Amino acid sequence: MKQLFTFIGKEWTHIWRDRRTLLILFGMPLVQMLIFGFALSTEVKNSKVAILDPSKDVATRAIIQRIDASKYFDVTDILRAPQQIEPTFKRGQIKLVIVFPEQFREMLLHTNKAQLQIIADASDPNIGTTITNYANAIIRDYQQELQSGPLPYTINIQTRMLYNPQLESAYNFVPGVMSMILLLVCTMMTSIAIVREKEMGTMEVLLASPLRPALIIISKAIPYLLLSIINISTILLLSYYVLEVPIKGSLPLLLAVSILFIITALSLGLLISTVAANQQIAMFISLISMFLPTLMFSGFMFPIENMPVPLQVISNIVPAKWYYLIVKSIMIKGLGISAIWREVLILTGMSFFLLALSTKKFKIRLA
Amino acid sequence: MSQPNIIITARNLTRKFGDFTAVDNITFEVQKGEIFGFLGANGAGKTTAMRMLCGLLKPTGGEAYVAGFDVKRHSENIKRNIGYMSQRFSLYEDLTVKENMRFYGGIYGMSINAIKEKTALVAEALHLKNEQNTLVQDLPLGWKQKLAFSVAMFHNPPIVFLDEPTGGVDPITRREFWEMIYNAAHAGTTLFVTTHYMDEAEYCNRVSIMVDGRIAAMGTPQQLKETNQAASMEEVFIELARRAVRSE
Repeated sequence: MKQLFTFIGKEWTHIWRDRRTLLILFGMPLVQMLIFGFALSTEVKNSKVAILDPSKDVATRAIIQRIDASKYFDVTDILRAPQQIEPTFKRGQIKLVIVFPEQFREMLLHTNKAQLQIIADASDPNIGTTITNYANAIIRDYQQELQSGPLPYTINIQTRMLYNPQLESAYNFVPGVMSMILLLVCTMMTSIAIVREKEMGTMEVLLASPLRPALIIISKAIPYLLLSIINISTILLLSYYVLEVPIKGSLPLLLAVSILFIITALSLGLLISTVAANQQIAMFISLISMFLPTLMFSGFMFPIENMPVPLQVISNIVPAKWYYLIVKSIMIKGLGISAIWREVLILTGMSFFLLALSTKKFKIRLA
Repeated sequence: MSQPNIIITARNLTRKFGDFTAVDNITFEVQKGEIFGFLGANGAGKTTAMRMLCGLLKPTGGEAYVAGFDVKRHSENIKRNIGYMSQRFSLYEDLTVKENMRFYGGIYGMSINAIKEKTALVAEALHLKNEQNTLVQDLPLGWKQKLAFSVAMFHNPPIVFLDEPTGGVDPITRREFWEMIYNAAHAGTTLFVTTHYMDEAEYCNRVSIMVDGRIAAMGTPQQLKETNQAASMEEVFIELARRAVRSE
């Protein structure tokens, strides 16, 4: 026990002396949360719109006003001729042009049918689709208002967005950032910390001492376990108080599964340390084998449901995918253990497998 | 285990890695308080043999006893009774002199008071009294090396294994280093030293020269020079090493 404390104390000194890494460890969750929370967003706001309106009547003005009033659009240009449309787009500022025909209101009142055209800059297809949908919705809204009289046969669609009625992107990225930070701190830092001893030649001296190999590994892992718990707390506090993401489920359960995921990540770091010859390789393997798959296959950036089947199968071996599902279920949907026991079981299995494999490899290296 | 003052015994000790026999049937004994030089070219099997004696590596054949314990079955007991200084520099550069000593004392289970006393002694002996709170990375190489040796001896082990301890060190520091080794031997510690430097081999009480995983010659430096009709250990070594079949 005394040996363990001596060793953990030494690890703390290592971490504490390396201020730059320490800063990265604690600054990273902060910066990621702020970037994802305020700078990056899947919403497209304040797109610039140009209008070509030859009829200039009550109906077109009403529509233009609604467009301009919405937070998604700013009407900045009024065009006079159809020839101006393309040059306007080419200048690159305008994302959307709305073209009204002549005598829009007359057509609407007398034939019950009027057309207008929405032209979007689709050089970025996602933005193009998104803003077209926004414009459609605004115009549909206006149309429904016109029809407020007793007209037969109208279908009113009421949409409800469950669990995230405001469609806040924070609901999506907070669990994602949690899994990324944990992987980064636990997997990468643990593997580097162990490989550093190998590279420096101190590992041999440790192995020639009465310390048991298991004790060496545990002492290496405990400081990073504590650091990760601090990081999780930072992320949760930030998301709760600054980004106003609720924690609907049980907090102890959330922390418990986070510790389970930390253990999975630590075992992975240990496995990497048995393979890597030096610190650079350890970092490289961690980034390539952990960071990219986590980004791509956890469902945090790209929906897994839309992937081709082989990729969907691959996504199952990425631990972050399961953790991401669990965190979303607990935090956003407020579900309990009965809903996530399958994912928890998978993560537990993965941890055992990785731990067994890496202890075996660690022993082989010694023998 | 015939005589009581024999502290290391190796009998037909062998280690194979697949088809490759790194250490091939070596047999020798080291007496208590002896400085035993373990010479050999790169790849001759010195480090493998030493790792087996330290309990870091299991032999695939033969047997060995260190401090009365079987390397195959009681490597834990052996580890408690030895000090080890590795080829590569083995202190933590980002810890201070004091912290390094506290750490190594701690993992050998020494009490805090014992660590304090010993730290003061070592600092005194190495003239490091004013440098105790200096980071090891800021010390000159010679000091680091002497400190590493003191740390390997920190828990007063009866046997210390030194794996090429003087690599890259200037002649004056090497001389001081060997004075430390002599003092330790005088105090009853057994020292098992591998080295490349043939002038250092002359300082040893007895040396063995390994070629291709076997012990090609063993005896006092005087005996080896006489049997090989050589003027220096360097000549003896070159004569024997020339017969090597395998290279690095």
